[in-house]
Amino acid sequence: MNILERIGRVFIRLFEETGLWFRMLVRTFVWTFRPPFEGGEWLRQMVRVGVDSIPVVFLTTMFTGMVMALQTYNGFHRVHAENFVGSVVALAMLRELSPVLVALMVTGRVGSSMAAEIGTMRVTEQLDALEALATDPVHYLFVPRVIAGIVMLPLLTILGDALGVGGGYLVGVKLMGANPVIYEQNTYQFLQMNDVWSGLIKSAFFGLILTLTGCVRGYYTSGGAEGVGRATTAAVVSASLIILFTDFFLTKLLF
Amino acid sequence: MNDNTPMISLQHVDKTLGGRKVLDDMSFDVGRGDSFVIVGGSGVGKSVTIKHIIGLIKPDRGHVVVDGQDITTMRPIDLNRFRRRFGMSFQEGALFDSMSVFENIAFPLRRHTKFTDSQIRERVDECLDMVHLEGVSSKRPSELSGGMRRRVGFARAISLKPAILLFDEPTTGLDPVISDVIADLIVEMDRTLNTTTVTITHDMKVAFKIADRVAMLYKGRIVEEGTPETFQQSQNPIVQQFIQGRAEGPLTE
Repeated sequence: MNILERIGRVFIRLFEETGLWFRMLVRTFVWTFRPPFEGGEWLRQMVRVGVDSIPVVFLTTMFTGMVMALQTYNGFHRVHAENFVGSVVALAMLRELSPVLVALMVTGRVGSSMAAEIGTMRVTEQLDALEALATDPVHYLFVPRVIAGIVMLPLLTILGDALGVGGGYLVGVKLMGANPVIYEQNTYQFLQMNDVWSGLIKSAFFGLILTLTGCVRGYYTSGGAEGVGRATTAAVVSASLIILFTDFFLTKLLF
Repeated sequence: MNDNTPMISLQHVDKTLGGRKVLDDMSFDVGRGDSFVIVGGSGVGKSVTIKHIIGLIKPDRGHVVVDGQDITTMRPIDLNRFRRRFGMSFQEGALFDSMSVFENIAFPLRRHTKFTDSQIRERVDECLDMVHLEGVSSKRPSELSGGMRRRVGFARAISLKPAILLFDEPTTGLDPVISDVIADLIVEMDRTLNTTTVTITHDMKVAFKIADRVAMLYKGRIVEEGTPETFQQSQNPIVQQFIQGRAEGPLTE
């Protein structure tokens, strides 16, 4: 096989998988509005994606806010711009860090487990059994998970926003000795509502991406236990990459 | 509908999977109310065949006609609805391991009927009675033995009172005694529920016990078909080698 063939093969696979992903997106969308609606299952998945992710989100975003304050304080100190630490931390957390970090952490926690769960159902014929019971797996499995992702990620991001800004405040005021009143003022000074919304809209997209990728990877699992392992890894890697790509384009296009 | 038309009819079905031609111009008919058993060695496409009947796999060429309707050309949503006429039991049971036995059997009832909770409970009990199981409804599938898991799979398959029952290797991995019990159970279900039944197996004892008609699958097509008596007396060397389980013969060449 020569080098061009190899490159071609990679691209064909890439296009195939992109097409598959969008086809499943459409199928998920169509099935969302068809009865029966599994209310209990929707709630269960929301707890799984949202509530159960709170500890991880808590630690990740708070420490990120803290380290942001530490780093910018050291840097800005050199040009005597310590006053802007609060603004920088708030802007960075709200617009970028909280949505992306929350999405990446939840991908690792939940996207992977969805791929493993659905992949195991594939290799043990439970997906076939679902279909044989006149139930489309996309309807029963994908829809509640994807809805949970779209609803819960923005909520987790709000939590992350608050914790990140709070962590920054703690470090700035308690550790670096900034004036609490001025720090707080600076935090809000340059913020607009748009900063909050843009982060939340992005996180809703990320929620869709990470859950759907987990489900799709699980759905197309083949080859027993090893296949489930591959699907899990692939779910995390591809969801993370797609999140980082779309993050750039969403930021560029929309806001 | 005329009662002489077959319930299930595969017409010239071809299927290639992973570059290998698994089904090659496969055709057969199953009459209404019949118990049809397909036997064959491992990896000759028995599972693929049964999955074609319920539309889990689509043929590359040819048609699958069930109850007068061509399911190969059906829209996915119609096929999904059509599948309520089927009950299928899978090799290892394929029970939903996130649910209890009760929830497994109640699952199709909750989704496809307007039964109240007490009606569902009643129907689940009926189904468990039918497969001679009791006291397991709160257990998890992982707590059950292989034979019990099959039976729960049967109970789930019959919960919607299907017209067609499909059994994919119902006795594989079970000891001979339990295999015989399961075979009796299939005969009993076929009779009392008055279904058309298709079973695939490589266990000849089970096949002769439950079949009205037996067919031998070899190299992607049916090479011999008949009643258990005529099948047993077939002059086809492939069939004879398989029935007697010999290592030498056309199957192993």
